[in-house]
Amino acid sequence: MDEMLDILTSTATRLFEQVGGDAAARLAREGGMSESLWYAVEEAGLPLALVPEDMGGFGLSPADALSLIRIGGRFGSPVPLAETMIGNWLLASAGAPAAEGIVTFTTMSAGSRITAVDGGWQVEARAAWVPWARHAATIVLIGDDHVLAIPAGHVQISQDAAGNGLPRDDLQIDATFSAEQVLPRPAAITAARVEAVGALARSLEMAGALGTVRDITVQYANERVQFGKPIGKLQAIQQQLAVLAGQAAAASAAVDLAAAAWEDGTSVAVAKARVGEAAGIASGIAHQVLGAIGFTEEHRLHLFTKALWVWRDEFGSEVAWQRRLGENMLKTSAGSFWHGITDQARVGAVA
Amino acid sequence: MTIDVAYPLAPVSAAAEALRAEVRAFLAEELAGMPPVERAKSWTGFDADFSRKLGQRGWIGMTWPRAYGGQDRSNAERYVVIEEMLAAGAPVAAHWIADRQSGPLLLRYGSEAQKREHLPKMAAGECFTCIGMSEPDVGSDLAAVRTRAEPVEGGFRVNGTKLWTSSAHHAHFMLLFCRTSGSPADRHKGTSQLLVDLSLPGIEIRPITDLAGELHFNEVVFEDAFVPAEALVGTEGNGWEQVMSELAYERSGPERFLSSMALLNEMVRMLGESPSDAAAVAVGRLVAHLTTLRYMSRGVATMLERKEDAGLHATIVKDLGAMFEQEIPSIARALIEIDPSVPASREFGRLLAFTNASIPAYSLRGGTREILRGIIARGLGLR
Repeated sequence: MDEMLDILTSTATRLFEQVGGDAAARLAREGGMSESLWYAVEEAGLPLALVPEDMGGFGLSPADALSLIRIGGRFGSPVPLAETMIGNWLLASAGAPAAEGIVTFTTMSAGSRITAVDGGWQVEARAAWVPWARHAATIVLIGDDHVLAIPAGHVQISQDAAGNGLPRDDLQIDATFSAEQVLPRPAAITAARVEAVGALARSLEMAGALGTVRDITVQYANERVQFGKPIGKLQAIQQQLAVLAGQAAAASAAVDLAAAAWEDGTSVAVAKARVGEAAGIASGIAHQVLGAIGFTEEHRLHLFTKALWVWRDEFGSEVAWQRRLGENMLKTSAGSFWHGITDQARVGAVA
Repeated sequence: MTIDVAYPLAPVSAAAEALRAEVRAFLAEELAGMPPVERAKSWTGFDADFSRKLGQRGWIGMTWPRAYGGQDRSNAERYVVIEEMLAAGAPVAAHWIADRQSGPLLLRYGSEAQKREHLPKMAAGECFTCIGMSEPDVGSDLAAVRTRAEPVEGGFRVNGTKLWTSSAHHAHFMLLFCRTSGSPADRHKGTSQLLVDLSLPGIEIRPITDLAGELHFNEVVFEDAFVPAEALVGTEGNGWEQVMSELAYERSGPERFLSSMALLNEMVRMLGESPSDAAAVAVGRLVAHLTTLRYMSRGVATMLERKEDAGLHATIVKDLGAMFEQEIPSIARALIEIDPSVPASREFGRLLAFTNASIPAYSLRGGTREILRGIIARGLGLR
């Protein structure tokens, strides 16, 4: 299986780097999407990485499959690989085949209804802040009791500009679907689980982007000459870069731990909380070191920092996950922080 | 260029988790009634009897070969024992340096005679060691070492002063880093390590009280002290390389982030099950940090077991770990209001004050924050 992972990893890296590059990330921040990159990603089968082998996947472990999302993050996530991988995983979990093309996923807003009507189901639903919906062919909607694969044609989309240029849309669905299109929701696919998987995906993307932010900053410090030498020779800059690298390493460790135990709610909570904090510290340092050029639209740094600032808020901000971890610790640790830490694998899902 | 610092997932060990319950039961009995402010001394707390008991249980030098008094147990098992000791605030100072550093150094560089002579006593909790690195004019800049061991007939004549030597007043032996040839200008060259019996004539040990009122570090003065030739550890002139190889052990263990656990455990106990929102968020943030640090530290232990170079990884653990240990008092202060005029508030206040007075050392000992960050910067390819 390591060989399959190596192939997928090197393929993903090559495609994001050579077919996509910064141009694809820039296009994505302007509401567009690189069709050529998506086509190549889909041709390579990457959207099926989380799907079981007997349903068209590669038989990768979840941790290995999820590593592809992190690679996307390194390049600023220019295409909805994370959303499509997870959307297809949700469909597979409900016993449905993977969808063709781009998939995104969402839970329903309060007040949404799925009601049985003659020969099918009437869906009156709203969903907020759905990533990439404007480009999706299929929207996987998680209801209270159902999972639906909704073709884009049945969805009204209003685009929101609040996401630092990342495509985030509000959806309205008023349509009737046949019985076959509406699947019973598997017990394991709760709204909390969907949020946790989304949080893990964003943590992975952030860990990838943090690596790029670190590399951009180190490279700049080695090239930018002031006072007759590269600024990276100045201890004041070195100390800052060491902090940045430490935060990137902690983020990397936190997502490795979570990806290895992706069904454990606690480790996902730890990842989103820790990586979200690292994102704030690291992006602040990167912008300080890059000075005015890093503050321009022209420079590539914002392709990563502005995405970090959106991702850290999605699927629960670090504060939201810290709160849950803290409440869980205080309820279950019987007064010992340490026992809470060592026992948390047994405590199970935070949500 | 990409400089990813990835930490491997430590293998799951059922034996280690079984051992955890055993260690906890032992500690619950041994430390019953020990007040939090005593536990807050963490790994600077000294109790020779306690160390001997650990030795009898086989919990010192656990990973060393049986031939040298060890138990041939896994790193994962040792890790569980030491993290449980630290988390409980057990008084481990007596044997700590031998278990963590001096024993592994002898295993790697020591002569067969040294290993047979010293390791079994260390593992039994009967031989305590200290590390002679810093000097009055040598702190972060270790290569400027001045203490001199002049080769003489049958051994070395040692002159010089070591400073801030933790546990020297309790230790039987010092791993002395010194110059055996050349001058401080030669930097790394001409340095060696000697395993010095501290009961030899010509060695004076003067304890120094720290600002928390604790007595754990010392000034050690050598005046024409004769040290026999067989005290040389490893190769003469190879001291720098040997000392550097110790640092990954010294910088990545759980003692680099668990030093404030007594306060943290007490804080959580006082917050109870219905915390304020601010308290829940703050505690959850610490959960995220400690879980991540523990994963990273265990990753370094795994790398060391595989004989991989973990220098940069370990340095990052120590830098992040010190920040974690050091911010706990200010978080506790923000969440639990102390009013010294209220007697009930004083006990927690005393624990908080003691921990707060201890934390400045956390980013000094074992390499200052600035030196560590310089090492990380070098690892990034700057300078």
